[in-house]
Amino acid sequence: MATVPPTFDALDPLAGRAPLILDNPSFKDITDAVIAPTERGDYRAWWMGFLVAVFFLGVLLVSIAWLFWEGTGVWGINNPVGWGWAIVNFVFWVGIGHAGTLISAVLFLFRQKWRTSINRFAEAMTIFAVICALVFPGIHVGRVWAVYWMFPVPNQMGTWPNFMSPLLWDVFAVSTYFTVSLLFWYVGLIPDFATLRDRAKTKARRLAYGIFALGWRGSMRHWLNYEKAYLLLAAIATPLVLSVHSVVSFDFAVATLPGWHTTIFPPYFVAGAIFSGFAMVLTLAIPARKIFKLEHIIHEKHLENMAKVILLTGSLVGYAYAMEFFVAWYSGNPYEQFTFVNRAFGDYAWAYWIMVSCNVITPQFFWFKKLRRNVSVLFILSIFVNIGMWFERFVITMSLHADFLPSSWDYFKPTFWDISTLLGSFGLFFTFFLLFVRWIPMVAIAEVKAVLPQASPHYDDSHTTTSDKAQEAVAHG
Amino acid sequence: MADKKNWGVLAEFDTPKDIYHACESIRDEGFKHWDAHTPFPVHGLESAMGLRPSKVPWIVAAGALFGATAGITLQWWSMVVEYPAIIAGKPFFSWPAFVPVTFELSVLFAAFGAVFGMLGVNKLPTFNHPLFTSERFKGHSDDKFYVSIESRDPLFDQRKTKKMLKQLGAVHVEDVVEEED
Repeated sequence: MATVPPTFDALDPLAGRAPLILDNPSFKDITDAVIAPTERGDYRAWWMGFLVAVFFLGVLLVSIAWLFWEGTGVWGINNPVGWGWAIVNFVFWVGIGHAGTLISAVLFLFRQKWRTSINRFAEAMTIFAVICALVFPGIHVGRVWAVYWMFPVPNQMGTWPNFMSPLLWDVFAVSTYFTVSLLFWYVGLIPDFATLRDRAKTKARRLAYGIFALGWRGSMRHWLNYEKAYLLLAAIATPLVLSVHSVVSFDFAVATLPGWHTTIFPPYFVAGAIFSGFAMVLTLAIPARKIFKLEHIIHEKHLENMAKVILLTGSLVGYAYAMEFFVAWYSGNPYEQFTFVNRAFGDYAWAYWIMVSCNVITPQFFWFKKLRRNVSVLFILSIFVNIGMWFERFVITMSLHADFLPSSWDYFKPTFWDISTLLGSFGLFFTFFLLFVRWIPMVAIAEVKAVLPQASPHYDDSHTTTSDKAQEAVAHG
Repeated sequence: MADKKNWGVLAEFDTPKDIYHACESIRDEGFKHWDAHTPFPVHGLESAMGLRPSKVPWIVAAGALFGATAGITLQWWSMVVEYPAIIAGKPFFSWPAFVPVTFELSVLFAAFGAVFGMLGVNKLPTFNHPLFTSERFKGHSDDKFYVSIESRDPLFDQRKTKKMLKQLGAVHVEDVVEEED
């Protein structure tokens, strides 16, 4: 702790705010605290969680194998509900991902320094959530051998995909989103891989982390380009994240179906995505920071800030629900009006009211600081938000069950394989996530160091000359 | 038997402030082939070192332009030339419908430009570097700050340069050798 003078008080001397990281750690303390989980092997809670996750990953693989063998008839889809849980799960998982990009890119552009404690974590969540999302378009036709029809490649049929279709826009949007998120995440990781490499006690670790560190040597000439690249990645990821869920919403909004064909969908989907993503970050961060003893790095202030974002976006989502009803009534279109009355009071009213209670009522608790700072309350409410946002996509998709032609109305019921695929996708997500927390630093070490008060070259500036400094250094040994 | 050649010197500093002021002095002395190594980007150190602005933005701009051109060309070629089909009575070249894919490809190639451009300008990956022979240099990714001055710099003088670094507040100064075959 030689670098920190003893006269450190509660406020950051430069920003005049409470410090972002508690306990006044030195740079080395940060390295040690963040890297500890990757160097220890005896986390029982981790092993238990990992075994459960791998079990559900197996469930997913079996469900997919059965789907490919038997066809989409194993799901509960019917006519007219041709889109079932596959699209619901797809939108759910893509939405989860958005919080990660928001934290890493948008908050970076807004110079929100508190993001450094949670961005690594949230970006990892983004990547794994998008992987889960990509599973569903890949499998949903049940004929995996035709999956290349989605891509603009020359093929034996001499055909090309239709670029006027939002479904094709989606292929480009989500795959770009995945690639850019992965690159962004990896760029952030390079200096931290170097830290792991330099601490490695075994040759295997040194080699493995060394390869990913690319020979990073902390050079300021490199940092200059690195920071510029990082800033530009943030600048392009910001419109990207807004475009991705907008394009996802076009999948619905460009169709002429009542309840889908509305201009409110893109902003409403983006708000919902950020809402659900922040809830998922809370769900993951609250246990992880406890198990891995990172409560001084991800502390109540960070959780509170996320709760505020949930309050804002949750209220936006609630506003969108109300506005959908208003527009349905105001449009004077009987089909539109029927769809919304049917949502709230028809066969799927149960799902609608689960959605409203979880998404509109839950965030309102976050008006109160006491609740925003209460970790147990945050954890429980974040799970309600997750559930509510899954139901939102379910409710939207189930607009299909009562379309223009009453004779073809039908009720969608999930089968065992629908449920097993959804649970299995959680297995996939948590398998990746648990591997991540054990092998990769879950907090951006270099970025957290950079927001410590002593990281500033003007910290403790008493305007001494450099020769005074040299004498000081000699005196302090 | 590999010959050992002096690559330069490495000086260790304890705080961002120390290295900041040291870099200002080295810059003013007129050194060219030297560098600072820090666990995180120290704010303002690039101007203390007198570095020129990064070239990465130009690569990103080129990537974005390439992506946009590729996107619009792909869609024009497949929807107008190779496989024209009348869809919803719209013209073959329905450019408003081509905006999302064009945008996504611009973003994709801009990101490639940012990441691979950054790595290219930094000449990474470089797995082998004389500095990695120093055991102390491992602190650069933890909590120590370093200045390295290469022997190929015209102003370099083994004894004087080391003395200067000590005077600038370095807590440790060492020679760095590189192996030649």
